[in-house]
Amino acid sequence: MEFFEFYRKDRWPHQFCPGCGLGTIMNTMYKAFNDLKMDINKTVFVSGIGCTGRVPGYINADSVHTTHGRALAFATGIKLARPDLNVIVISGDGDLFAIGGNHIIHAARRNIDIKVIAVNNATYGLTGGQLAPTTPYNMITTTSPYGNREYPFALADLVAAAGANYVARWTTAHPNQLVNSLKQAFTTRGFSFVEVVSQCPVNFGRRNKMGDPVFHLRWIKEHAIPISKVSFDVKTPYEILDLNTKGIYIIGELVRRNRPVYGEALSEEEEESVPME
Amino acid sequence: MLTPGRYFLSGNVATAEAALLAGCRFYAGYPITPSSELMEHMSGRIENEGGVFIQTEDEISAIAAVIGAAMTGTKSMTATSGPGFSLMQENLGYAAMTETPIVIVDVMRGGPSTGQVTVVAQGDVLQARFGSHGDYETIVLAPNSVQELFDLTIKAFNLSIMFRNPVILLSDAELAHMTEKITVPEKIDLVGFNDIEIEGIPKFTPLGIGGKLAITGLTHNEKGYPITTDVQVHRKLVTRIVNKITKNEPIISDVEIINPEADTLIVSYGISSRAAYPVIKKHKDVGLFRPRTLWPFPESKFKEIAKNKKIIVVEMNLRGYGLEVERVGRKYGAKDFEYINLIGGEVPKPYQIEEVL
Repeated sequence: MEFFEFYRKDRWPHQFCPGCGLGTIMNTMYKAFNDLKMDINKTVFVSGIGCTGRVPGYINADSVHTTHGRALAFATGIKLARPDLNVIVISGDGDLFAIGGNHIIHAARRNIDIKVIAVNNATYGLTGGQLAPTTPYNMITTTSPYGNREYPFALADLVAAAGANYVARWTTAHPNQLVNSLKQAFTTRGFSFVEVVSQCPVNFGRRNKMGDPVFHLRWIKEHAIPISKVSFDVKTPYEILDLNTKGIYIIGELVRRNRPVYGEALSEEEEESVPME
Repeated sequence: MLTPGRYFLSGNVATAEAALLAGCRFYAGYPITPSSELMEHMSGRIENEGGVFIQTEDEISAIAAVIGAAMTGTKSMTATSGPGFSLMQENLGYAAMTETPIVIVDVMRGGPSTGQVTVVAQGDVLQARFGSHGDYETIVLAPNSVQELFDLTIKAFNLSIMFRNPVILLSDAELAHMTEKITVPEKIDLVGFNDIEIEGIPKFTPLGIGGKLAITGLTHNEKGYPITTDVQVHRKLVTRIVNKITKNEPIISDVEIINPEADTLIVSYGISSRAAYPVIKKHKDVGLFRPRTLWPFPESKFKEIAKNKKIIVVEMNLRGYGLEVERVGRKYGAKDFEYINLIGGEVPKPYQIEEVL
């Protein structure tokens, strides 16, 4: 499949700012989808509101641009009504984890067969760069002019704790790893979640001395630590939280497991293996 | 599914069974009194008919999942009560904007806020029409018996598909919990997707058949592409989704009229209207105008009988349907208006109407 079979040429050029991480993400999405030879006519892309929420509208497939925060709730209805379809949600951190936070933990808890790409640019880009639940401590946004005094969410860790079958975190500075991770997410049964830490030089970087996309990308790369190099015992969530507070992103695969999938009939073996409590 | 014949059912159960007979195969909901029995009944029944049931984390996701399922061409519904209905308003507007056919049952209880959880009210009459932001239309049905709950549930699915629009069935705590005899007819007329062509309503294409649909709640052109700053595009789209309902009011509206020549006309709907029948039986100069479709307002039917009438509006809210009855009534020459507005969970009684005759 050519690039412009996957994307709608009649909607080009897209509306994203120069230097935005979504360009890399759209490329990696296309690559993963194309490498797997997935059927575009059997795939529905769902999003909420925000910069990332606009991505499905550019894809030459069924796309549903929903209300703010509700992408996963809509996707749940689509997937349950048509279990044969691939349902891929791509949306931003504010959409999925602030206004839509309840839906993502419940979708992960149910382990419904939906794939989620969460683009984490640490701010509300489309509305002008306000404080997000992912903004690192002390950083400047238009609604935290003296620095952020809240602690950010560790998105991937939250979803892993809620029960997803596949959870990974990568950044736009790791495109090859991201392609492989997306492929793994697309082919894993159950709730699959890939967090992509991305740059927003125009509305976030500019206020934090990273207005140049290259600077911003370098900052992301410097603050990303592969999970294999994390020296402490990763089972202690407090330590992850501490790292996260400092704006450090642990990258790699956090979870790969095979919990029973919501809505799919269980085999007898699986039925027995489900813990009763 | 229920076979033709006579049954003794509660309102909530009759609504659920009617939905199944209408072809509803997706239900999402969140528990809320007094609608919970409907959901409980559905959870045990819909899978037997090859459908899907899910209890969502809140009412926002319930209506969102229902819209998502409806987009795949599956007949879908949810049921709730006032507080949940309030949470659904944003996505209700989304369903109107994206022209997705869904059915919402609002089992009304006393509001505002948490209000009176277990007792009857009719306070959501205006919310059902005006609750979401911006210009849009809903079709709102108001049954006054368990039999009508059954009939109008089926009608709700048919109308939602014909007009590609959300349809709201206004049940209430009294109807939902009351058990009455109903008849399931031999033949049930169902409307399928794209069965009937109506001007101004585009053909329905479901997700997942290679239609490459672009669906958005943003102002969009015919392709579904967002175009938000063009005056003409917005005007054309929103005028069309409003007109497709208002212009078709004569074919949508369904009313019961008794003694149209009488000098005095009781206008009432839903459970309140049941107080009117004994009054009409006793006083030959009193008539009844009872909309089964509250919205769009059945203007085409009302204008024929409103002239020179004394109108008595009976409803269970302080400011509700009477506002529209008076507006339309004055337009067509009704001369006097009386209001019986009972809140608190008390169903109007015939003597209360007789007092203002």
